[in-house]
Amino acid sequence: MELLIGAGVIAATLRLATPIAFAALGGVITERSGVTNIALEGCMLFGAFFGILAADKTGSAPLAVLIGLLAGTVLAAVHAVASVTWRADQIVTGMALNILALGVTSYLNYEIYGSGVPSGVPLLPALNLDFLAGVPFVGGVIGHQNVLVWLALVLVIVLQLYMFRTVAGLRLRAVGEHPRAADTVGIDVRRTRYWAVLASGGLAALGGVYLTVADTGSFTDGLTNGRGFIGLAAMIFGRWTPVGALVASLIFGYGDALSVSLQGVSIGDLRIPVQLLSTIPYLLTILAVAGFVGRSRPPAADGVPYESEGH
Amino acid sequence: MIAPRPERERGTAATVVATPLVPLLEMRGIRKRFGELQALDGVDLVVNEGEIHALVGENGAGKTTLMNILYGLYHPDAGTIRYRGREVRITGPRDAIALGIGMIHQHFMLVPPLTVAENVVLGDERGGPPLDTRAIEQRVRALEERFGIVVEPSARIEDIPLGLQQRVEILKVLYRGSELLIFDEPTAVLTPQEVDELFVIVRQLRAEGKTLILITHKLREVLAVTDRITVLRQGRNAAQLVTKETNAAEIAKAMVGRELKELKARAATGTSLPILQISRLEALSDRGTPALRGVDLVVREGEIVGVAGVGGNGQSELAQCILGLRPVTEGTITVGGADITRDPPKRTRARGVAYVPEDRRVEGLVLPFTVADNFILGKQDREPYARRGVLEREAIAKDGDRLAKDFDVRPPNAKVIVGTLSGGNQQKVVLGREISESPRLIVISQPTRGLDIAATEYVHERLLEQRARGCGILLISSELDEIRALSDRIAVMFEGRIVATLDAADATEDRLGLLMAGHAEAASH
Ligand SMILES: Nc1ncnc2c1ncn2[C@@H]1O[C@H](COP(=O)(O)OP(=O)(O)OP(=O)(O)O)[C@@H](O)[C@H]1O
Ligand SMILES: [Mg+2]
Repeated sequence: MELLIGAGVIAATLRLATPIAFAALGGVITERSGVTNIALEGCMLFGAFFGILAADKTGSAPLAVLIGLLAGTVLAAVHAVASVTWRADQIVTGMALNILALGVTSYLNYEIYGSGVPSGVPLLPALNLDFLAGVPFVGGVIGHQNVLVWLALVLVIVLQLYMFRTVAGLRLRAVGEHPRAADTVGIDVRRTRYWAVLASGGLAALGGVYLTVADTGSFTDGLTNGRGFIGLAAMIFGRWTPVGALVASLIFGYGDALSVSLQGVSIGDLRIPVQLLSTIPYLLTILAVAGFVGRSRPPAADGVPYESEGH
Repeated sequence: MIAPRPERERGTAATVVATPLVPLLEMRGIRKRFGELQALDGVDLVVNEGEIHALVGENGAGKTTLMNILYGLYHPDAGTIRYRGREVRITGPRDAIALGIGMIHQHFMLVPPLTVAENVVLGDERGGPPLDTRAIEQRVRALEERFGIVVEPSARIEDIPLGLQQRVEILKVLYRGSELLIFDEPTAVLTPQEVDELFVIVRQLRAEGKTLILITHKLREVLAVTDRITVLRQGRNAAQLVTKETNAAEIAKAMVGRELKELKARAATGTSLPILQISRLEALSDRGTPALRGVDLVVREGEIVGVAGVGGNGQSELAQCILGLRPVTEGTITVGGADITRDPPKRTRARGVAYVPEDRRVEGLVLPFTVADNFILGKQDREPYARRGVLEREAIAKDGDRLAKDFDVRPPNAKVIVGTLSGGNQQKVVLGREISESPRLIVISQPTRGLDIAATEYVHERLLEQRARGCGILLISSELDEIRALSDRIAVMFEGRIVATLDAADATEDRLGLLMAGHAEAASH
């Protein structure tokens, strides 16, 4: 039982879900505006590398967060120019940027650190909620989580409110569903999409910063290992809402946590196949996309470049 | 709350058009070119305050382009726009809205998952950053009361019928304080009842002091509600008319440049041989509710059977069942005696069934393909168009040009992308593809929706030609005039059943209207 729902597993779930959730939030913002951004993987990798580079060179963890975030935003800006201004195919552009990000970070990593890894960089602290120390379970789960874990949770709420309870959120959704309708009532479609894509890059980069500057304290080539894509899956599973994306990220995180905690455990003669276990979230995603687990429908103009008429 | 606008003093007789010194809107010498095509070639449009001004002309005459320029969606190559006597530059919808110009678009500009109220205020939410849903809905409700236009503000657009969606479009424009309202073919997608309701609203708006520009292909509507008429032909002004002093024939002549032919009186050609027999047919709608509840229907060779009814009473599903596009849950369909109830479309079509769907842009054509490629859809795997799985480009091009000429597609060039053709010409491509195979049965839905009078005439003539050849035709249309002009017999559909089948001679408009509204007993007297 302890292995399935113990405080240790749940705390690990939260930790493992955080980078996925950042990417998923980015995905929600950009796709709600009508731009697909699969370069979130690359943005995350940028955040991870430039974050730890900044931490190493400046010695300041907060500065590392800022610089990592900026790096992801810059990469997303390229995507914004290509997909919003030039109306390029968003999947092709995104894929190219992912490959670019992998190359750039691996190259710089080699040039700067050789085969060695930066060590002794300042890390982002955990929030130690000592008053929870005596509370069973809760204390174990949230008593010592990193500040970025908390930031992710706060952002989920902020973005949920932004999306569905503000005027700007209404406009964002309108642009993603029917850009021409938004255009005809005077909403600037391009500007809305630019901001959304930039924000998505920044959010995904925060996930990357978390991986290096909060979690591992080191960087290896291709460290993000598909977490940006898993974030996109969480976005779909969460039906393009921030809260839904968080729930989905937690499910994915739980899958990861289980495959760690159940490593080598067996029931009777049967060794639990953890690798198969951790595929369950992705099977759920496929079912969700196929419409078996309730309907999950993308914004109508998702991935479709917008061309204003006439000249 | 909406600040009440000071009401202007108005003459009591709303139909009297006083000519003020300065017109509300004066567009002069407007020119607009799209690539090779001079869409507008120096057009003038003068609209007086408080009138309903009809803008008419054939498909592709440039009506929508002119209005898009006025609304700032297109920028003119040349020409001036004066509004209230002042020269203005309109560089985008925002400028137009600020001037008091609003547009109800041909294709609605509504965001389906948002509510009515959200759509009305979108872009001009007044307040925020928090979105105060209650305040917005209240504001929309107040607006609805003021203009007598009723739609539930909290309903989602995707859940309400087209007629109501259009009201939301009107509310959107009124909310922005527009004084000049542009309606681009507002009646094309409406049922006859919805059209009547729209015109009540239109007259009310004029009584409120609004000015309206109305684009329509239906001369009956022009004569019924407008004050003055501007006719465009091929990007030029063809006539300026005062509605009271003109008639349908004169307007039609200005539009087409020639007299229209009367449909010839038709000798009965029907044999007694049934080509299509449907019995006790049942099927479900997309939502899983019963759409057809036991339909019985026969179409004979050389006969046109019209299916009348308010949209959504099962007509679309009926056509789809015949073609094999929708599963039949009960009953049978035979064509020429062969049971096709469960046949896939390809097999049904191989039996000589042609299909012209109601939405040519979605079901009838592949818009980014050329005219020639659209002509061979469905026979692309057969000789002479393909040999051993490889397309024969030459044969396709040759036949494309021939068909384009035969069916009067303009321009008569089969290399043109279908999506750039006007609606009428797109319809000719679908029709050409379907009837060039000499079908035994044609199932045709809304054959002239959005078409101008010349194109309508053309389509009607082709259908009568097919009938004379001995082809059976099932004609589904929401235009009663069309059904009555073409059909030998008329079946009225209501709630998934055929409630009556009348001979054309007995089908008065009143009787049909009663039957369509579900009053079967009243109609039998
Ligand atoms: N964006 C565009 N690009 C190229 N050609 C265009 C464009 N918009 C319109 N046209 C062409 O300009 C001409 C005028 O089109 P417009 O839509 O104004 O006609 P219309 O009078 O509104 O016709 P309809 O009655 O079919 O709505 C047509 O030949 C059309 O194909
Ligand atoms: Mg038009």
